[in-house]
Amino acid sequence: MSIEVIRPGLNTTFQDRGRSNFYHLGIPFSGAMDTRNLLITNKLVGNDRDDAVIEFALQGPKLKIKQNNINCVVTGNVNFTFKKNSKIFNGECYKTFDLNNNDEIDIISTNNSMYGYFSVSGGFQIEKKWNSYSTHLRSRLGPNKGNKIIENDILKLNKNLKPIIKKSVQYANSKIEFIRVIKGTNFDYFSKDSQKYFFESQYQVTNLTDRMGMRLDGYKLNNIKSENIKSEGLIKGVIQVPPDGNPIIMLSDHGTIGGYPKIGVIISADYDKIVQIPPMSKIKFKMIDVSNAEKLFKLYSMETKNILDQI
Amino acid sequence: MIKNILNLGDSAIYCDFGSEVNKEINHEVIKYFKTLTSKNIKGITNLAPSYNKLIITFDLDVINYKELVEKIINLKLDEISETASKRKKIPICIDEEFALDIDRVSKNTNLNIKEIYQHILNKDFYCYMTGFVAGMPFLGDTNKNIRLKRLETPRVKVPKGSVGITEQFCNIYSYESPGGWNIIGNTPVKVFDENKEENPILIEPGDSIQFYEITKNEFYKIKGIK
Repeated sequence: MSIEVIRPGLNTTFQDRGRSNFYHLGIPFSGAMDTRNLLITNKLVGNDRDDAVIEFALQGPKLKIKQNNINCVVTGNVNFTFKKNSKIFNGECYKTFDLNNNDEIDIISTNNSMYGYFSVSGGFQIEKKWNSYSTHLRSRLGPNKGNKIIENDILKLNKNLKPIIKKSVQYANSKIEFIRVIKGTNFDYFSKDSQKYFFESQYQVTNLTDRMGMRLDGYKLNNIKSENIKSEGLIKGVIQVPPDGNPIIMLSDHGTIGGYPKIGVIISADYDKIVQIPPMSKIKFKMIDVSNAEKLFKLYSMETKNILDQI
Repeated sequence: MIKNILNLGDSAIYCDFGSEVNKEINHEVIKYFKTLTSKNIKGITNLAPSYNKLIITFDLDVINYKELVEKIINLKLDEISETASKRKKIPICIDEEFALDIDRVSKNTNLNIKEIYQHILNKDFYCYMTGFVAGMPFLGDTNKNIRLKRLETPRVKVPKGSVGITEQFCNIYSYESPGGWNIIGNTPVKVFDENKEENPILIEPGDSIQFYEITKNEFYKIKGIK
């Protein structure tokens, strides 16, 4: 019972809901960048919410199934095809399909987004490392010895103990006008103009974007306080500003300590959205306060629950 | 004591213990860190202690900022027992093969090599925080006479296990990585072992360590290279 990796894709890893309680040792949350899609993926194939899925970025893997009756699903905004009994079909996201021995699935690319997900009923035969199935490449932590999935890897599958039920759901990553941001702990380090233009101008997502962080290009933010901050903890969603004035957003695999001033933090409800924005896109920030961010998170949680309840 | 509590986004608390870096302030941070770890408060997902700050992340589905701040303010602190903070001995080889920047350190401090290592070997160093990459300890304080700036041009690759100094701090590169600290030796032990969650050599915030000198032969023996 396995899947053979014919082509690995650009950045293909096992991920689950993330790894808690190790920030103090330098280990970030990691986990699926887009949590909602992870939950949908697991629910569609009948797996547990804490099970692992395969995450891919931009270009996905090409896989060969080595077992009959494997129930698969792809989520995200993804172009893919599958070859069943030597016939090629166009794949449809958020809809399970079953494949047999020697059938193939070719995840060509994500469409105007960064991350997509793949899983099978029963899940993958992998072990938790430091309490999670998530892969953190920088500390080589996780299944597959903390590495990316590479060509010729054999991904072992668990036996699916549940009956296969065809499932689908209507879902599309929502388009957003603004990424909502709460003022950071060093907001007053920046000039009045910078505070203003941070929210009024557009920023471009650069190619220097990965699971660790997203570098932006746009209005250069002017730090008017001369003193540097002493190195301190970081969390995902923090927007740091190094001396060159271009903001960097910390994402799930970020280094846990940093010394650049924090101008803002992305609200939890918008995290799944920011991570999906591909390089060269323009984004705009909007300032909101904690109580509104909490309300928006409740809404986000409710929406997630509603989608999962439909499956 | 905590001087100020702020929110960091909608799902983290930022406890500010002041702007200075010293053992006393850090000891307070560690006290909160250890107490919160032992209390196991529902909803807390991560604790990030640093020199003079403690960041607490939480699950917004379980608890919110106001509720958790209340708990932090009313927290009864545990005294840190001797066993909670460990003392560890770390072998270090200071052969010129590993002490990549010893000449620079010597030149900039006007100390000879022997004098420099008198300030490093068998001296107590306190772990202020661990992180940036997994297991990297930020140790201090080094003697005033060996305090230096970082390299002007950071190395693209600092070998794994390198021991470096800068300002009042000393660290161990737990992975090969880019870096600008002045490298004065290398330890063959894995301070972070991804395969061992119960890792006896891992240096955690609040721990104390001492470096002891080993020969090149001993170095390779511990590394498992003959």
